[in-house]
Amino acid sequence: MNVETAKHRELGLTDSEFELIVEKMGREPNTVELAMFSLLWSEHCAYKHSRKLLGKLPTEGERVVMGPGENAGAVAVGSGYAVAFKVESHNHPSAVEPFQGAATGVGGILRDVFAIGARPIAILDSLRFGELDSLRSRHLLDGAVRGIGHYGNSIGVPNVGGEIYFEAPYEHNCLVNAMCIGLAKSDDMVRAAAAGVGNAVVLMGASTGRDGIGGASVLASAELGEGDEAKRPTVQIGDPFEESKVLECCLELLAKGLLVSLQDLGAAGLTSSAGEMASAGGVGIDLDVAKVPLREADMEPFEIMVSESQERMLAVVEPARVAEVLAVCEKWQTGSAEIGVVTDSGQVRILRGEEVVGEMPVEALVDGCPLYDLEPAEPAGWIYGNRATLAAGASAEDELLALLAAPSIASKRWAFEQYDSVVGSRTVRRPESADAAVLQLPECGNAIAVSIDGNGRRVACDPYAGTVEAVLECAQNLACVGAEPLGLTNCLNFGNPEKPGTAWQLERSVSALADACTALGVPVVGGNVSLYNEGPEGPIYPTPVVGMVGELPDPGQVAGSAFVAAGDAVALLGPFSPTMAGSELAKQRGELDVGLPQPDVAGVAAACATVRDAVRAGKLACVHDVSDGGLACALAECSIGAGVGCRVDLQPLRDRGCSPEEALFGEGSGGFLLSGERGALEALGAVILGAVGGTTIEIAAGDRSIVVGLGTAESAWRSLAELVESAGA
Amino acid sequence: MIWGVLQFPGSCDERDAVHACRLASGEARLVWHEDRDLGGVDGVVVPGGFSYGDYLRAGAIARFSPAMEAVAELAAAGGPVLGICNGFQVLCEAGLLPGALLLNESMRFVCRQVELVEAGSIVDLTTPGGGQVNQSTSLSIPAKHGEGRYYAPEEELDRLEANGQVAYRYAPGQNPNGSARDIAGVRSEAGNVLGLMPHPEHAVDPLTGSTDGLRVFEAMAAVAA
Repeated sequence: MNVETAKHRELGLTDSEFELIVEKMGREPNTVELAMFSLLWSEHCAYKHSRKLLGKLPTEGERVVMGPGENAGAVAVGSGYAVAFKVESHNHPSAVEPFQGAATGVGGILRDVFAIGARPIAILDSLRFGELDSLRSRHLLDGAVRGIGHYGNSIGVPNVGGEIYFEAPYEHNCLVNAMCIGLAKSDDMVRAAAAGVGNAVVLMGASTGRDGIGGASVLASAELGEGDEAKRPTVQIGDPFEESKVLECCLELLAKGLLVSLQDLGAAGLTSSAGEMASAGGVGIDLDVAKVPLREADMEPFEIMVSESQERMLAVVEPARVAEVLAVCEKWQTGSAEIGVVTDSGQVRILRGEEVVGEMPVEALVDGCPLYDLEPAEPAGWIYGNRATLAAGASAEDELLALLAAPSIASKRWAFEQYDSVVGSRTVRRPESADAAVLQLPECGNAIAVSIDGNGRRVACDPYAGTVEAVLECAQNLACVGAEPLGLTNCLNFGNPEKPGTAWQLERSVSALADACTALGVPVVGGNVSLYNEGPEGPIYPTPVVGMVGELPDPGQVAGSAFVAAGDAVALLGPFSPTMAGSELAKQRGELDVGLPQPDVAGVAAACATVRDAVRAGKLACVHDVSDGGLACALAECSIGAGVGCRVDLQPLRDRGCSPEEALFGEGSGGFLLSGERGALEALGAVILGAVGGTTIEIAAGDRSIVVGLGTAESAWRSLAELVESAGA
Repeated sequence: MIWGVLQFPGSCDERDAVHACRLASGEARLVWHEDRDLGGVDGVVVPGGFSYGDYLRAGAIARFSPAMEAVAELAAAGGPVLGICNGFQVLCEAGLLPGALLLNESMRFVCRQVELVEAGSIVDLTTPGGGQVNQSTSLSIPAKHGEGRYYAPEEELDRLEANGQVAYRYAPGQNPNGSARDIAGVRSEAGNVLGLMPHPEHAVDPLTGSTDGLRVFEAMAAVAA
């Protein structure tokens, strides 16, 4: 075995993959070629363990303008406009360096959206950390939140919502998933496929340095473990100012019709951008690394090709328009260089001046990676351990307060106040004021709603039911603001797919995602897969994160998630049959185990339609999806948000066969908590539980009843800031 | 009334400011930072954002832009100049307003709706055409910044208060950044230059939370009248 063949293992390629490369090339690859293959054949770029599964997802719908395979998906929202959106992970970089990891996660997803010609109008994020009593988790949380804020705030895109969960299995391997929403005129959108032999390839934005070299293969496609400190140089450094200039520059170029196609440089840098543009267009590309603007003059060709320096875009431009393109870049004070040409060779050729330093068939490089079948096997029982934090025999009041104070349930104000949620003048519902973010589109005369959800703990209990629940949760959140789903994006965060248990989780979860989306008629327009999320103690909870975009006709007709007026009736709607399985209370009692009831998808869909229509008709004062911590927590949240108590009796749930504690704290899909005029709620088929009023939260459930002062409940629910700040990060 | 809204590389709120100006008082257009000529506008908004990235002290580079030279001339001639957030920082750096904006006491960026009160003993800037103090006037406007803690030496603060240059304060308990004497906005001695940390351009639409910000624009337009 010579030096080069040993090298492929360091770069993450197996021996058989290396042999396949040699076969396809007809020779051994040189250093440049091997580096490029190792990236494009990595899990991160080639989806080699997930692509076969993803084929199950429904991707078509009459509103779909762009589906999977483009930089972002897009759906029509009327008046000639489309909304583009995508969610992507930046988990391993954030676990190594949370501030820059999270910041560049935001930067990357923004580029995906403006790469198709859409102006970013909102960011959401879905974060997972270990328990907050760990110094490491507080450090990661603080850094990730600062990083997300730094990038989004600086670039002027509002952060309008998200979620944060704290669970021990994320201790070593936190999750940072960022979602971006963009708005475009459908006619101005652009695809990533290179076209037109003889057209110029122009690199725009930041210069290329040694940062992020090997990020896709070294960081994103391997487990975390000892020696992660040494991986810090593989984390990219973000510069939101540069991105802001590149963003405005690209949108101006597209508005002027100067670009044939556009692609962002993300993981695997120039290698993947050029390779994927060529592959999508069925053409070849010649790139001259000597023409790439560099931060360090002595960079080797392979370093230039694999660098993950941020804030760069690659465009294909007709030769006659190149001067105009460079002038617009000049105006925005951002870099630009003509570095290559579209060819009909079917090859990606890397040149350094006159010298050819690499030459590979596009087909082999981009589409040649073998796809693997998973070898799934269901784990025997609950593999994640249990840790009781709540004393046995606690009173129902103490349980409610413990749940409200649980970092996963408590108010996330500490985090979202660090994000600009109002820039852009679209934010009709700010974080925590409704179950989904609502953004008005004056261009179209309507509005969109957006939600991002995924409860890894419940997916761990049952990957199928838990994933269906994540989709339903999104749909319910949209219904709460009167929105109808248009499309879905997802980020599949899982452990090592080569391990049978994780393979089983992944397969069950993707099946559920496909089934739930099909049943709801919601197309999947894009997504991202993040595997190998493991630490020394094992895999993370399987965490499919689902982002859903919906449309609503009138942004003036959106109910909030807080009670409004004393005297209003409180009611429950939907096929809600909560159990303790996988609940936050079961976690706190140390009683987690496998198994969840299967959700009633058709029933939930019908309830969503009822709620949606009622919100649009202005019949509801308040509507809140019953989620983590069950009905008792939902009631407390509606009360705290309004500063007014409530008095209810959960007998209707007892009548459905729920035990008192299931009625109070059980979890499951399909529950909507409503308030409003009693007759209107009854007309919807909701069951009346009680009324809004007073300064206490009073909940009767058989022999377990709760009477908690509003102030006491609010203190518990607002305890996150103190927990983070006082303990130190 | 024609407003010009400066646009620096790294500006964030310039389009929102144009929208607010149009709602409040007619015409508005963007002015590119390299333009030495403001194109005959009657007043200028220096908008929020992170001009030139603000990797140095906030506003420290933008003050040297060609457009800011023209803004200084407009201010000297009595034209209305409204600096919002980063714009406030730029106006302080340019010496058009006294004081400086420091890192928030919390050391964190903060975004929240705040209540502002009209500072006493000054002409009521929230009423078009000026007028007398209206103590009941308060505005609900979002603040969003990392470096918004207004600072000036004590004797300077005394002088500003005596001159009626403290235009807005945060209502009791509402100060999001630890600014001196709860100051949210100050104006120049002549009164035609106003710097404000919270964002009136994000309070012009009942759907997004409040319309109180319109009054700030209307009051500034009245300066030009």
